[in-house]
This record gives sequence, C-alpha cells and structure tokens, in this order.
Amino acid sequence: MSSAAKSPGMKTFLNGIWRDHPIFSMVLGICSALAVSNTVANALAMGAGVTFVLLATGLLISLLRSLIPGRVRMITYMIVIATFVIVVDRSLHALFPDIRQAIGPYVGLIITNCIIMGRAEAFYAQNNVGQSLLDALANGISYTYTLVIIAVVRELLGFGTILGFQVMPDTFVNWVVMAMAPGAFFVLSIFIWVSRSLSKTGGDE
Amino acid sequence: MLGVHLLTVFLAAILTHNIALTYLLGMCPFISLSRNLRTASGMGFAVIFVITLTAMINWPIYHLILVPTGSEIIYYVVFIIVIAATVQLLEMLMERFFPVLQAAFGIFLPLITVNCTVLAVSLFMVLRDYDYLTTVVFAAGSAAGWTLAIVVVAAINEKLKLVGDVPKGMRGPGIIMVIAGIIALSFLGFSGMVNVS
Repeated sequence: MSSAAKSPGMKTFLNGIWRDHPIFSMVLGICSALAVSNTVANALAMGAGVTFVLLATGLLISLLRSLIPGRVRMITYMIVIATFVIVVDRSLHALFPDIRQAIGPYVGLIITNCIIMGRAEAFYAQNNVGQSLLDALANGISYTYTLVIIAVVRELLGFGTILGFQVMPDTFVNWVVMAMAPGAFFVLSIFIWVSRSLSKTGGDE
Repeated sequence: MLGVHLLTVFLAAILTHNIALTYLLGMCPFISLSRNLRTASGMGFAVIFVITLTAMINWPIYHLILVPTGSEIIYYVVFIIVIAATVQLLEMLMERFFPVLQAAFGIFLPLITVNCTVLAVSLFMVLRDYDYLTTVVFAAGSAAGWTLAIVVVAAINEKLKLVGDVPKGMRGPGIIMVIAGIIALSFLGFSGMVNVS
C-alpha cells in the first residue's frame, strides 16, 4: 500500500467507502435503502439528499463539538439534522417535483436515518472539520452507490428500464414484485450475502 | 359509518399497508432485534405505546399551532423534538412510578427515538390529512402492524436457528431480510381486502 493510502485522511475516506460500509457491513440506514431503491432516479435523489445532509451536519457538529453539552447532544444532533432535511425537502419540492412526489415521506425520514445520527455521535463529535467532511463525503458516496446498484437491479427487473429508458426487449415480462417491497428485501439480502462473503468478516450469529 | 371507516383504516394499517412490510419503515431495529422473540415483543409493545402517544400529541400541535401561524415548514423539527421529549418523559415517569414496566421494556425506549416508524406515522398523518380520531386509530394500527411483522419474523428466525444450516455470509441480517421478504410476499395476499388511500 502506498504511503498516500496510509495518511489519516485517505484512511477515513476508504473506511467509509468500503471497510465500514454503512449498509452492507453494519446494516444501518436500510429503511430508505429498501424503500427508495425501486427506480434509479429516486435512488439518486435520495443519495444526493443524504450526502448533503451528512456534509452539512458533519461541518456544523464538528465546528460546535466543544460547545455542545454532553447531556443534550442527541437532541442537538436531531435538530441540526432536521433543519438540513427541511432544506433538502424544499429544494426537491422546487427543482424535482416529480421525484418529491414519488419519495415523499421518505425525505423527511432522512432525519431518522441511523447513518447520519451514527456518524454524528461516533465521528463528527470527536474529530476536526476536515476529517469530518471527508468522512461525510465517503459515507454519502457509499450510501448513494449502494442505493443506485440496488435500484439498477430492481428497476431493470421490475420495469424493464434504467433511468426511465427502455432497456429490456419488448418480449420481457416485467417482474412486478421486484418493484414492490418483497423484491427490495430479496435484492438487498443477496447484496449483503455477497458483500459479507467477500469481506471475510462473515455473518454474525 | 364512522365506525366502518375507522375499522378500515385500522385493518389497512395492520394488513394491506403494513408499515414494515409495505412501506419498509423501522427496518434498523427490525433487523437488529428480530433475532429473539422476547426482545422483539418487548420492543413491539414499547413502539405501540410511543407511536400512539406521539401521534396524539403531534396532531394538535400541527393543526392548532403550526397551521394557524403559517409555520408548517418547520414541522420536521417540531415532530422530532416532540418524539424525543415524549420518549425521555416516558422513561423518567416509568422509572419513578412503574419500575416493573421499566424493567420489561425500559431499555427499548431510547432506541425508539431513531425508529423511523414513529416519525413516519406523524408525517403520514399530515400527508393524508387525517382527522384526530382517524390519526389515533391509524397510529395504533400501524404500530400493531409493525409489532406483528417483527414478532412473526423473530419467531421464524428462532426456529431457523434450531434446524437451519444458513450460509455464513447470510447469517444475521441477510437471512432476516429473506424471511421478511417472504412474509411481505404473503402479506400481498391481503391486498384488495380493504381499500384506503
């Protein structure tokens, strides 16, 4: 491994993107991963929203970390996160009303996405601004690419399209269950299986 | 007529529009707690209680304070504060007056703040423009549906440990999701039974 990969900034970034992958290895934030991954467009919008909230929260919490009293830190994080989620919700409302319509309540539920709360508690409250922003970016990217991978599979099988463009031949019969809740469970469980087998940490009992 | 409407909303929230198996909400605690039946049911009852209570508090706050003052835009922040405060208050009350209950599901209370079903029920209430009575019934039904789902999955998962030879990478979250997927498939069978928007 080169020396660059060992520098703390790079390590933070790589950890977030692969080693401590929030969805596959720690199984966090999967409500939205399951619910919003039925089409690629929804997944991209959700990923961008979560990445923005992660970055903004990381910036603010790491700047204020010495000022937040320990006893009320959770509620402080929640208020900070909820405020930025309002920003995301309003922006989606103005820029992409169709997507906002489709993923409606799930935007509000970014507030309770355990990835953001978890990173705030475990990382931003203890690290400086630069490190926190890197960590936020890494977690945001890994969350987004995971959602998009799952969404590609589900949209392809469920609607025969990718990003709305017809990909499958006309003879393909849409596998509707894939676009519904059970499909989300099955696809995500297969991804978790593959990722856990590859990373050699194995499943837990 | 009103009774029929309420019953429809209640049944829909439990069966056809189950909050865990149709809307895929509350999945973090769902995956981590459905490894054993006792914890699953303990969490389930705590969730029923908290969801119903917070919906009962959030409705008047939204319709009597936020809407008249034109500040609906901040309802995310308000709802999450109400939920966190309610959970905290419940914890303190239980510690003081009901130590038995506290021992039974006190440990689940802090976890409920980040259970997205609680917030989701309040958001759905606004989105669907429910009146007060419908909101309460809908909240209780959704919570009962979530509990039903987690208890069923936990029970199957417990039995699976006795007989199953689950592949290594699939153990834990993976297999729980497969079980949940199959249960969700079977819940699709209820669709068409009741129709509610």
